[in-house]
Amino acid sequence: MKRSIIILIAALATASMLAACGGGGGSSTQASDKQAAKGPITIWYSNNPNEVKWGKQVVAAWNAAHPDEKVTGQEIPAGRSSEEVIGAAITAGNTPDLIYNTAPVAVPQFQKQGGLVDLSTFPDGATYIESRTGDAASQYASVDGHYYQLPWKSNPVMLFYNKAIMRKAGIDPENPPLATYDEFLATARAIVKSKAAKYAIYPSPSSEFYQSWFDFYALYAAESGGKLLVENGAATFADTAGTSVAELWRTIYAEKLAGNEPYTGDAFLDGLTGMVLAGPWAIESYGKTDWGVAPVPTSAGMKPAETYTFADSKNIGMYSSSKNQGTAWEFLKFSTSPEQDGALLETTGQMPLRVDLTKAYPEYFTKNPAYKMFAEQAGRTVDVPNVSSSVEVWQTFRDAWTGAVIFGEGDIPSALSDAAASIDTLVSQQ
Amino acid sequence: MSAKTSQSRGPGPGRTAAATPAPGRRRRSRLEFALGRHPSGLLLAAPYALFVAAVFVYPIGLGVWMSFHDSFFTAPGVDVPQPFVGLENYATVLSNPAVRASFVHVAEFLVINVPLTLVFSLLLATALNSVIHWRGFMRVSYYVPYVTASVATITVWMFMFNSGGIVNQILGPLAPDPAWLINRFWAMPSIAFYVTWKQLGFFILLFLAALQNVPKELHEAAATDGASRWQAYKAVTLPAVRPATTLVVLLAIITGANLFTEPYLLTGGGGPNGASTTPVFLLYQQGIQQGKPAIASAIGVLLVIGVLIITYASRKLTERE
Repeated sequence: MKRSIIILIAALATASMLAACGGGGGSSTQASDKQAAKGPITIWYSNNPNEVKWGKQVVAAWNAAHPDEKVTGQEIPAGRSSEEVIGAAITAGNTPDLIYNTAPVAVPQFQKQGGLVDLSTFPDGATYIESRTGDAASQYASVDGHYYQLPWKSNPVMLFYNKAIMRKAGIDPENPPLATYDEFLATARAIVKSKAAKYAIYPSPSSEFYQSWFDFYALYAAESGGKLLVENGAATFADTAGTSVAELWRTIYAEKLAGNEPYTGDAFLDGLTGMVLAGPWAIESYGKTDWGVAPVPTSAGMKPAETYTFADSKNIGMYSSSKNQGTAWEFLKFSTSPEQDGALLETTGQMPLRVDLTKAYPEYFTKNPAYKMFAEQAGRTVDVPNVSSSVEVWQTFRDAWTGAVIFGEGDIPSALSDAAASIDTLVSQQ
Repeated sequence: MSAKTSQSRGPGPGRTAAATPAPGRRRRSRLEFALGRHPSGLLLAAPYALFVAAVFVYPIGLGVWMSFHDSFFTAPGVDVPQPFVGLENYATVLSNPAVRASFVHVAEFLVINVPLTLVFSLLLATALNSVIHWRGFMRVSYYVPYVTASVATITVWMFMFNSGGIVNQILGPLAPDPAWLINRFWAMPSIAFYVTWKQLGFFILLFLAALQNVPKELHEAAATDGASRWQAYKAVTLPAVRPATTLVVLLAIITGANLFTEPYLLTGGGGPNGASTTPVFLLYQQGIQQGKPAIASAIGVLLVIGVLIITYASRKLTERE
């Protein structure tokens, strides 16, 4: 027994020493050579069927014109989440050249890992990004002011409602009162009281870090007039706007207008709830439901043309394992050209992060009026702040939200202040 | 035991001191000490030893090393300093109330799950061992949950245990409010019940194998001595399946301490409000989601130490005469 323990400890000590020897090292990269290099590249895109269709189309279009710089497209490998797959691929050094599914929340971590190429170092890098996306591009810049992601497409979160349920609850389905918090609560109460649906709204109550984007953050963006969760190195949400959003949701949960149990299906499609906060990606899946859409509510009922919301964007990252960055950059520009952005809009219904979207594609929005509100909303969105420990920041917020709002424990101002203090500390760490 | 064993191992150092072995003999002894009596055995064992070293010893060693450093996963070729930080990661972990709570939660889980697993698997294995008709069907029935994907069975349990589920409908006014999976008190016991049910088939198989190896002569001798069925079970069956009991307890503790899927899926990410988090769940959150593998490694090392202590104690307990 003793001999076994000694052998085990010796083996672990040896393994630890080997681990120590294995870390670090590596030569410095020839950045400029890589940026000029041309040749075949690989890209990953989302496994969403419409995005796969678009991805295949853009790859085919490029390959037809560039036989010497062949692009190979494939769906992002399956995993618990895209971010985990990409994080593991960065460590293993087998990322593709470009990934068309890079979540802004993961960018600070990927950047810290040394996994992303600084797009601002391309001669026309920052200019291209800013001319395509306009002022909104600045929120995707990292702390050093450089772009490690190209803002690609957004899914502005708005309030979908089921017209049949509204009708059943005695509410005008064409113009339901949902602009102010009082109107929203009155409508929600009418839905539940009339038993038109079991719940008025049903955002996921589970504890994953990203869930707060679809209950708190969309409403906070609107209530605060477009504030990010963290600005200038400090959390913003422990203010009047944040407190009023939290109080609204606490009332919703306390009165059982929203469910607080995890639900495995789509509560809106299943008729379990009359309203849902979602982006234009949902339109296709809600096709058979008679739905309407409204801007997210604000306490005073802000005008739709002034209301902000959460962008829920997915961006494009160029990964440091890329050997032919010259081709990767050219393909990146090709795939985000006005023509390909139009194809993306046409194929997926998601909004390219491009200035004056409705003016750029007037025919599409005339043909598809359901998407026009989302396109107009796309000009007033905020995304997750580009700060260090981004995922931990959101997990900290979510934990506070779950306790104080979903389960009604403690008082809201204290919960928000404590979470803000913790987040300030996290953001200050590099 | 020791006298016989010592003889079989040949003369010990004390006994050989008087004799002066020839130089050739001494060389053979040293070789024998280094390579053992049958050096070819090393060759045969080498592939498996290498496999264990690669997939078990090295990762654990790396985990221990990371837990003492400011370690971070980087892309190949990226040179990031990973300084030695002593016990700082452990201090961070132990000062985090969420981590401490997760160890309490998993202890609560083990206190419920291990005895339930042991009692039910032994009872059901005994019952199945004496079933004559439909034996195969019954065994498969208990084994099916074990081989069914957790995602599928968890979805069924979510429907059964939600506020409007069949369990609450049967319980009526006795049903807890909030419902089981979002109830701070009932969340962890619900997970323990689920895991007991899910894994029972595997442990039943272990006990069944042990029960079928109990010699019939022992039961016949007990019956001849006038022992009742309960007395025979206590005096013959239970001692005969003791090695299986030790194995079941050890495996239940080890798999229970590694609890992850259930709090991740069944209670929506360690809910309600963190009441069902476990060390492995936090290890996943910190190491994979939040990019802090050094902190995750420290949690992992503490968990390994805890599991070693508990399994050692339980082994002493279950192997006691």
